[in-house]
Amino acid sequence: MEFFSALTEQTFLQNALIAGVLASIACGLIGTYVVVMRISYLAGGIAHSVMGGMGLAYYLGGSPFIGALIAAVVSALIIGWVKLYWQEREDTLIGALWASGMAIGVLFISQTPGYQVDLMSYLFGNILLVAKGDLWLMAGMDAVIIAAIALLYRPFQAVAFDAQFARLRGLPVNFLYLLLLCIVALTVVLMIQVVGLILVIALLTLPAAIAGHYTKTLGSMMALASLLGLAFTSGGLAISYQPDLPAGACIILLAAATFIISAIVAARKKPLETEAEA
Amino acid sequence: MGRFAKNIVEFDSVSFRYQASPVLNKVTLAVREGEFLGLVGPNGGGKSTLLKLIMGLIKPDEGSVRIFGTSPKKASRRVGYVPQFAKFPNDFPITVEETVLMGRIQPGRLWQRYSKEDRKIAHKVMSETGVAEFASRTIDQLSGGQLQRVLIARALATEPELLLLDEPTASVDSHQEKGVFELFKELNKRMSIIVISHDIGFITDYVDRVACLNKELLCHETHAITPDVIEQMYGDHVHMIHHHSHAI
Repeated sequence: MEFFSALTEQTFLQNALIAGVLASIACGLIGTYVVVMRISYLAGGIAHSVMGGMGLAYYLGGSPFIGALIAAVVSALIIGWVKLYWQEREDTLIGALWASGMAIGVLFISQTPGYQVDLMSYLFGNILLVAKGDLWLMAGMDAVIIAAIALLYRPFQAVAFDAQFARLRGLPVNFLYLLLLCIVALTVVLMIQVVGLILVIALLTLPAAIAGHYTKTLGSMMALASLLGLAFTSGGLAISYQPDLPAGACIILLAAATFIISAIVAARKKPLETEAEA
Repeated sequence: MGRFAKNIVEFDSVSFRYQASPVLNKVTLAVREGEFLGLVGPNGGGKSTLLKLIMGLIKPDEGSVRIFGTSPKKASRRVGYVPQFAKFPNDFPITVEETVLMGRIQPGRLWQRYSKEDRKIAHKVMSETGVAEFASRTIDQLSGGQLQRVLIARALATEPELLLLDEPTASVDSHQEKGVFELFKELNKRMSIIVISHDIGFITDYVDRVACLNKELLCHETHAITPDVIEQMYGDHVHMIHHHSHAI
């Protein structure tokens, strides 16, 4: 196939493949928490508010990456704080952050003098434009995420599973919850490069949701989700190459198609079991 | 030192309001060490609120709560709690053993590792509650009654000195109810127990004392539940169900 011969020659394609691998690790580990805690809407809010940070950074002449990171962490902390202490209308707030983040971003980009930024690559990502320096950055972020989960696997599990019980056992639940949301924010920023901020939520949740159909523990769900993410990013990239389609869109549609098939298979298995019991 | 030597729970005219409506009004109650107390009363009568005050999840608006002679917060690691309903989603990928092991989480630490000793304790309480055979099953493969026993095992894994149970037989078939209370009776040999129940006639066979709560503590004398008290608590239209002829 043309894709494989190009892969041996083209550095940009090799970089794209490595970027997919690095993004898959983060999306498998953190996507699992997002799915089991049912916070994908929250993660979507964080992803879209990132646009505000990037736009502001561009306007001020700073690094859009740093802007994205700050915006993601700030919105994660705001949403988390409201959820923990205010305890109502959390979805309204997420919606507001979601939309106003986008609005701020578009506003600042329109006012930035000089060249026009390629909006499309923020919104939908461009895995083919990932540079070598980006890869090192992504690898560093992966290392931080892996270290955090390796150290805090049990407490995170306890908070995700049953926060009330974790609190009764004397765990610092609020701190752990906010920390987990900050790691979600970090993951979102890492993955924006690959699929863009609109599609990031799908790559975060679909591999983990599929993995959830076949695994019994959080750890095995993370491992399978990472492998699936790897298959989707590489597969989507390969599919997109020859007909020159947008890679991010191909990755997401491959993941979504697999999810639908897997969900149907899982749903067909379940009713049969309950019928047998009855 | 005899049984019932000292008070482990002390409520001194405790009042609690939820927003504007009073839930508890000047409740004074003492529970002695080793006691098995039944807590009955109508819905909204403040039973669950009383447990939350014991655990330090909420603070009283008036009065004081002392647990093991100290503040509820400080005493919370010595208190085990079994909620009426599981607070977690059923599809969470976790096995029975891992769920019970959560009772071995050490307070105030971020680094958590389960030791051999922790696993031994988890297996002991799983055998005790009859869920050891399901240890490697995920929680979505359990019946309501089995899940309730897992929750009890998780609370026991914390090795509590006081066990709080909120309607522990709500999701259990009535023929299994007896078995669950036999287990509590056995546990009562090594810990104090407070159990919320809707079934007064049934629990009087097991508990040392019954406290009736409808915003105020109406009675708490041993086996002193007369039809008058029932009427006072639930109103005129409810008749007591006679489970056992000697219950009243």
